[in-house]
Amino acid sequence: MTAHHSPLHPMTYSTRGADPATATAFLAPLDQVGAGLPGSGLSWLTELRAAGRERFAAVGLPTIKNESWRYTNLRDLAKVSFQPAAPAAATIDLLPTVRAEGQDGPRLVFVDGRFRADLSSVEGLPPGVELLSLAAALTSHTDLLADHIGRLAAADDRPLVALNSAYLADGPVLHVPAGVQVERPIELVFVSVGTEAQATSCHPRSLLIAEAGSKAVVVEHHVGRGAGTTLANHVTEVFVGEGATLHHYKSQREGTGAIHLSHIAATVATGGCYDNFILTTGAKLSRNEVVSRLDGTEARTHVSGGYLVRGTQHADTTTLIVHAQPNGTSREVYKGVIDDTARAVFQGKITVCPDAQKTDGYQLNRALLLSDGAEIDSKPELEIHADDVKCSHGCTAGELDDDALFYLRARGIDRDTAQGLLIGAFLSESLEEIAEESIRDAFQGIVAGWLEEQK
Amino acid sequence: MIEIKNLHATVDGKEILKGVDLTIRPGEVHAIMGPNGAGKSTMSYVLAGRDGYEVTEGSVTYYGKDLLAMEPEERAAEGVFLAFQYPVEIPGVGNTTFLKTAINAIRKHRGEKELDAMQFLKLIREKTKALGMNDEMLKRAVNVGFSGGEKKRNETLQMAVLEPKFAILDETDSGLDIDALKIVAEGVNALRSPDRSMLVITHYQRLLDYIVPDHVHVLAAGRIVKSGGKELALELEKNGYRDFGASEAA
Repeated sequence: MTAHHSPLHPMTYSTRGADPATATAFLAPLDQVGAGLPGSGLSWLTELRAAGRERFAAVGLPTIKNESWRYTNLRDLAKVSFQPAAPAAATIDLLPTVRAEGQDGPRLVFVDGRFRADLSSVEGLPPGVELLSLAAALTSHTDLLADHIGRLAAADDRPLVALNSAYLADGPVLHVPAGVQVERPIELVFVSVGTEAQATSCHPRSLLIAEAGSKAVVVEHHVGRGAGTTLANHVTEVFVGEGATLHHYKSQREGTGAIHLSHIAATVATGGCYDNFILTTGAKLSRNEVVSRLDGTEARTHVSGGYLVRGTQHADTTTLIVHAQPNGTSREVYKGVIDDTARAVFQGKITVCPDAQKTDGYQLNRALLLSDGAEIDSKPELEIHADDVKCSHGCTAGELDDDALFYLRARGIDRDTAQGLLIGAFLSESLEEIAEESIRDAFQGIVAGWLEEQK
Repeated sequence: MIEIKNLHATVDGKEILKGVDLTIRPGEVHAIMGPNGAGKSTMSYVLAGRDGYEVTEGSVTYYGKDLLAMEPEERAAEGVFLAFQYPVEIPGVGNTTFLKTAINAIRKHRGEKELDAMQFLKLIREKTKALGMNDEMLKRAVNVGFSGGEKKRNETLQMAVLEPKFAILDETDSGLDIDALKIVAEGVNALRSPDRSMLVITHYQRLLDYIVPDHVHVLAAGRIVKSGGKELALELEKNGYRDFGASEAA
């Protein structure tokens, strides 16, 4: 156990190195589109957007001078003039799914951040479960949104959350009432299309609420169609009630022109469980932030995933698990495979607050480097302010085991297949964290597809 | 037939093999004995094609083909099998997946139809039964948590499944107690056949009590310095390797 006995400092975004000049281009289009955003009659929303705009105007894009952004440089984004994506009527065929062929189920589809009712279906949900677009919910579920939006993802701390709030307009909303079990996975599909002529951006806001004693499985797919440069700046707020369980799986396999930025903020009440898994294979630049707070006693969270990058891809995983109350359990298993001159970043922090006695925390990040030019920047961090806790972390970076590779080849297995077997074996440790078998299989299929592309 | 001629090989720039000559005919079992550091393991790795073992001179002709020009997987597909001194543990890769991938890779190379799951299972049951092995070993990851004896039995199973023409047994006795050694040797003996040759590499004569060779060679300081029949092994057991100009502790 490693304990840093420093005073507990609040999570604030330092404005050190702030570059407000980078904000102008991102905020300018708001003057045109701002008035047309849905829910303009809601004062809380107007204030939230204004506060986001003001904050982002003051700080601009995060810079590498900020500790949390040391390894991921967004400098190049300031050189591109992103326009808010127009509502896209593009035909989207072959939507990704974890379902078996011919099986249907609840699904919301967003194209460049806008809800597409024609591609979505909310049939087959148990009574009382609400699954709809945020744009629609701003009319029909104003109280629900007012009570939750902006509560977890604070714009003050994070410039990209501020930017997302400034543009807040659409995204998925899921509300599972107390005691309801949703058996079938709920799929949320985000398609980046963009246009070749113009770089486009969107800022989806997702809201997932699992009330006390409920259970749901959410699967997010982020895919790309088209060759344009697209920026998706997601913010997701997750509320897990007392004794509720939310499985939240995400596969990000956007195209090579995509920039994928995501901030997920979750709170878990007493006895609840928030289970998050993110598989990253796509986008030229991605950042996945996951903040999971155990705000009740005996709460659990799993924050795991895998990142597979090649070429010149850059994938950043930045997680924070906060144990605020006693008897909490957290488990984090990340595995990464990095090839060519790709680069991955893993920053994993566990904070144990003074009250959070009997905390059990486990964190592991292992990276496999397949080429000399591949890079991993790994920064595990434990910040422990309670004395009766069990916390461990491990962090390794290595190459494929030459002995194992030769052993397989000496049995007639060609180099590519042998490498694939070893990479698959390496990743299996994190994929096994996926509790739902059908989803584990689907994600294993994505990994297999990635390995195939290599050949 | 395998013809090794004037084989020189270096590891990290250091010459380990300094002109090995050896001819092995189908069905023959040859033993190579020698002190530590004589180049025994280098010889097995050079024949199997491991990276980092550079052949600087000489040739190995394998049934008319240039063995040294082949990748390790090609050699395996052509029937070369190295039973490892230290079989590698591969966490996360199931023993069954491994064996199935291997046999199908080799069948594909031979122009044979790949085995489906049922055919493979039938074959593997047959082979494990013949070797007196427990099916349970197949369910585990490759060599992970295997005892020394289980690892060597797993090597024998792979050999039985892949049916090589030329098997190299590198220090098969290391890490085995006498009971385990007997079991492994029985497995190997069961695989002796008129069209399969074997090269048994060992430091100790003990193994050769159970796998009785047709020819015995002494490898010292990178060369074969003496050849004879199986009685040569007994002589070495008695007198050690000092007569061959190599120190025991090398």
